Amino acid sequence: MSTLQITDLHASVLTDEGPREILRGVTLTVDSGSTHAVMGPNGSGKSTLAYVIAGHPKYVVTQGSVTLDGQDVLTMSVDERARAGLFLAMQYPVEVPGVSVSNFLRTSATAMRGEAPKLRTWVKEMKEAMAALQMDPKFAERNVNEGFSGGEKKRHEILQLALMKPKIAILDETDSGLDVDALRAVSEGFNAFREETGAGTLLITHYTRILQYIHPDHVHVFVDGRIVESGGPELAAVLESDGYERFVSAGSTAS
Amino acid sequence: MTTLQAPPTDLAPVVISARIDDFAVPHGREEEWRFTPIGEIAGFFEPDPAAGAVIAEDSSFVTVVDMDHDNAGRWLPVDRAAAVARAGAPRVVRVRVPDDTVVEEPIVVTLSGEAARNHAHVEVRLGRHSKATVVVAHDLAVDVSGALVTEIGDGAHLTMLSVMDGPATSVQLWHWPVRVGRDATFIGSTVTIGGRIVRMLPSVTYDGPGGSATLLGAFLADGGQFIEHRILVEHVAPHCTSSVIYKGALEGAGTHTVWVGDVVVRRDAVGTDTYEMNRNLLLDDGARADSVPNLELETGDIASAGHASATGRFDDQQLFYLQSRGIPEKVARQLVVRGFFVDVLSRLGSAHWRDTVLARIAQRLGMDPELESSLEETA
Ligand SMILES: Nc1ncnc2c1ncn2[C@@H]1O[C@H](COP(=O)(O)OP(=O)(O)O)[C@@H](O)[C@H]1O
Ligand SMILES: [Mg+2]
Repeated sequence: MSTLQITDLHASVLTDEGPREILRGVTLTVDSGSTHAVMGPNGSGKSTLAYVIAGHPKYVVTQGSVTLDGQDVLTMSVDERARAGLFLAMQYPVEVPGVSVSNFLRTSATAMRGEAPKLRTWVKEMKEAMAALQMDPKFAERNVNEGFSGGEKKRHEILQLALMKPKIAILDETDSGLDVDALRAVSEGFNAFREETGAGTLLITHYTRILQYIHPDHVHVFVDGRIVESGGPELAAVLESDGYERFVSAGSTAS
Repeated sequence: MTTLQAPPTDLAPVVISARIDDFAVPHGREEEWRFTPIGEIAGFFEPDPAAGAVIAEDSSFVTVVDMDHDNAGRWLPVDRAAAVARAGAPRVVRVRVPDDTVVEEPIVVTLSGEAARNHAHVEVRLGRHSKATVVVAHDLAVDVSGALVTEIGDGAHLTMLSVMDGPATSVQLWHWPVRVGRDATFIGSTVTIGGRIVRMLPSVTYDGPGGSATLLGAFLADGGQFIEHRILVEHVAPHCTSSVIYKGALEGAGTHTVWVGDVVVRRDAVGTDTYEMNRNLLLDDGARADSVPNLELETGDIASAGHASATGRFDDQQLFYLQSRGIPEKVARQLVVRGFFVDVLSRLGSAHWRDTVLARIAQRLGMDPELESSLEETA
């Protein structure tokens, strides 16, 4: 049983013109076994929330706290956070020229598990995980995210999720830009992971589409750097029919 | 045997001569010397009776003979240091592969200088329709000025590797003139990770149409090293190709690398296909990289010509991505540096040398050899 606890989180992005506040007091608790959908309009700060939890160097926390099972996440380095059990499937995964997927994954697995997985068992494990996501085995020879299509990038993110088995997963718009087949493959991959590990999930999305495949326990509406309303899955249906408009005006009156 | 000529170009050398006094002592403001810490290599501009010879062990295709200036290859010096070295080199390390010969195993020539300062003359000649790989391992324990005169016969295929790996204490001033025969193929690589002051000047010309030259380079500089590569490719014959790819990584205050890539396409060199590229990776804020590609076209009737040059810092996004997968920063850096070099090293034509050089780069950067071997194993 793990708990990610976000309390009154304020954070700014470092820009050339100086820091700019994006997160304005986010409070949210994600327990193992529960799936929280965070939905909001473009530019509301959803990715910022994900990046701040993961420790991206472009953002500074100005107030509040993030803990994982009581441990202060914000003082950990990026890699320590990952090894503590946090995983971020990124909205825009980064190209790493010259580093093959297989080398990347094995190095990551070595770091996560504390020792290098035996080559034979590792190759088998990787092949199976790739097959589950309907990925061509040749994929492992390509360089990380280099020349990947949108769908390939997202499958690769979920592949990592499946191999690294975090305690808490954050999926940042994993559904965006996917065709129906890719969305289904990625969702099935995620659901298998969730079932197997019982991890807690923060599912960030702009569209309700993915919620047909990945069922959330809680839905939060995220506007202007904070959660403005929380509810059950029925809230997603409201967003689907009414859009964000009502919440956007609520968000701006609150600020 | 002295020739003086002034080709109608800025990029090719103006003076070509065996006579030392045909070259003025450089003062450092000349185009070809402007980056070099010239005060520290002044000794190489005057004849030095105390200078030693550079030799190698004899083997199947390698012999060391006395210098015979009248038969010292078709190349003539293009600067004063080269003229001094040629005049002063007492011995010639000669690598000869006869016509129609395929040599399977790499011919490894391990150079060794006899004195603190040495003059070297190395000749590599590959006969018609032959095929060989020649690895020249330089002696970085001593100062050397010299030439690596390379001639490739018609239809022959030469893969050659110049390795400067060793202490960062010596001065290495080298010319590497290459003549590519008709329909011949040359893949010439420089791996430069040792030496205090290094000037390596590969130059390629073609003896006939259909020649192909690939020049590859990987260099790594730190701790105040000065490493300069100047490349000249002169397309004088039709339908030849050249491809120049150099990558360097550098760190540390006072560290300085220079890459100059000059490509000249002469009027008769129709159908030329040429591309040159240099990329440098700055590992910290202290080091400086100069990168100057020059392309001069005397004919527009070519297949393709391009050049690219970029010097960049470590990409924070890449580090973040790798670290977010649990990979510690130090290991993430190792992956990125390795990834930076791996494409150029994969073209060397030898997995053995690719892996050897990658391992040496990792070692030089204080990285983890176990990780390196696990990466090779997975790859
Ligand atoms: N690196 C950055 N530099 C400048 N502004 C940024 C940066 N990252 C995010 N922002 C700004 O922060 C706001 C929130 O962005 P983001 O967190 O990406 O929103 P979302 O994911 O909800 O679309 C936007 O106005 C965006 O322009
Ligand atoms: Mg976003």
